[in-house]
Amino acid sequence: MSTWEEEKIHDDGTYESSLDTIDGSIATLNLGPTHPATHGIFQNILKVDGEKILGSEQTIGYIHRAFEKLAERRPYNQITTITDRLNYCSSPINNIGWHMTVEKLIGAEIPKRAQYMRVIIMELARISDHLVCNAVIGVDTGALTGFTYLFQQREKIYDLFEEVCGARLTTNMGRIGGFERDFSPAFNEKLKAFLKDFPKVFNEFDALLSRNRIFMDRTRGAGPISAERALEYSFVGPNLRAAGVDYDVRVMEPYSSYEDFDFEVPVGTTGDTYDRFQVRQEEIRQSLRIIEQALAKMPEGSYKADLPEFYLPPKEEVYNNMEALIYHFKIVMGETPIPAGEVYHCVEGGNGELGFYLISDGGRSPYRLQFRRPCFIYYQAYPEMITGSSISDAVLTLSSMNVIAGELDA
Amino acid sequence: MASKLTNEAVIERIKGQFGSDILSSETPYDFLTIEVQANKQHEIIEWLKKDEMLKISFLTNLGGVHYPEQAGREFAVVYHLQSMVNNFRLRLKTYVSKENPEVASIVDLYVGANWMERETFDFFGITFKGHPNLVRILNEDSMDYFPMRKEYHLEDATREDKDDRFFGR
Repeated sequence: MSTWEEEKIHDDGTYESSLDTIDGSIATLNLGPTHPATHGIFQNILKVDGEKILGSEQTIGYIHRAFEKLAERRPYNQITTITDRLNYCSSPINNIGWHMTVEKLIGAEIPKRAQYMRVIIMELARISDHLVCNAVIGVDTGALTGFTYLFQQREKIYDLFEEVCGARLTTNMGRIGGFERDFSPAFNEKLKAFLKDFPKVFNEFDALLSRNRIFMDRTRGAGPISAERALEYSFVGPNLRAAGVDYDVRVMEPYSSYEDFDFEVPVGTTGDTYDRFQVRQEEIRQSLRIIEQALAKMPEGSYKADLPEFYLPPKEEVYNNMEALIYHFKIVMGETPIPAGEVYHCVEGGNGELGFYLISDGGRSPYRLQFRRPCFIYYQAYPEMITGSSISDAVLTLSSMNVIAGELDA
Repeated sequence: MASKLTNEAVIERIKGQFGSDILSSETPYDFLTIEVQANKQHEIIEWLKKDEMLKISFLTNLGGVHYPEQAGREFAVVYHLQSMVNNFRLRLKTYVSKENPEVASIVDLYVGANWMERETFDFFGITFKGHPNLVRILNEDSMDYFPMRKEYHLEDATREDKDDRFFGR
């Protein structure tokens, strides 16, 4: 039994400590808004007795940028840049998720090749997202080495994104209907090199932490949540799977041909920091499996759908071809007729089910667009998960939940 | 993975239980959407959660929509619910007027609704009766309007150099 369990909080809120504290008083500690341990701009006001947390209050919204309001003024293709800035650790998943939402609304058929290309890009993004999260868990336990190794690999993934779309972090990748261009030979080469080199580095990282006595002692039992409680809190993604619920949108409602690939959904048991770490580690391996299968089975065909009314034509055609010029003008000026309707589409983002609830009244911009942001929803469980733990465990819990300020505040 | 329930079976079961409280149902893009009476939504969501056949016991999303032209039903509160066991999704809507934009809070059913309801209050001014701490969440506390309502335009409405007619809006 820990010392914490011997302590008592009375029904009227007064607190009796069995610890021999200096003067027996309870202190208030501000963790954030800008604190090196929070990896983002959000505040936690902690009530602490020595190292033990008795309760906490969260303040969020420091980087709120009114995305849902902005979306009501922008044409559909310009909303992609907004989605970049939600979970900026895996922007391409957000971009492609948004494109697929619009494609659902207009009823577009996407060629198999474009779907497989999307799968490759989305799985690369998932790897880079999970790498950041797990590397930072390492940093917060005091193991900086893995972080520096893995960030080199993340750079490689960003190099791949750069080959596809020219950008690295806020990618604005692809278009409604597919991609801007096919994968270049340089991309294919870099991807092959990545698939060859990355597993070695990743296994080294895994060997540093996974069965490391110090790391395990530090992370096991830190910030646990039960499956029932996680479901009550509408948890999704790796955090829910770590609690033992095998729910993955890629399996339950396959999009972009995920049903063609063979992969496993890892689950944990206790929902603590160690389980969240392990679930993400295994998901990285499964993502690699998916990428390899997609590369091997890559179908012939076009990298884009035939959607002249929504897909910006190539520049050289705009200058030399009347129809292309008309379509270019219509798309840019927002003259494209868009059906009125209501769709909900979700993809498995880095943090779980990322949903887009889109209401169109037929106008040039959405009537209403709501993002289901997994971070925003599950971060509210944080006080419950850290009450009773120490401050250092609270920092670990925060990084293992992978709370991204951009997604939290929209 | 295909759903174990069909839209028809679900709507039949819900209507069998609540009858006239279900004002309408449709399936846009194969997504079952029901509209329910404003004072009944809490009861229906509670029943959906406990029903042995449906097991719609996961709150995916919750949000508001503003329809200023619809007199008497200006605000919609939209719940996206889900049954993970049956792999089925349901959209539940309820409309309230701008004079009395209030619905019952479902925080007692789903703790996760807490922030979603605070966000809806913050942006639309829809209040949730029974919410433990209904204050603004993303915007500043001193703000005295609800920014997602349609009367608040993003750009300065007094500008004359940007005529919407010239931009196809």
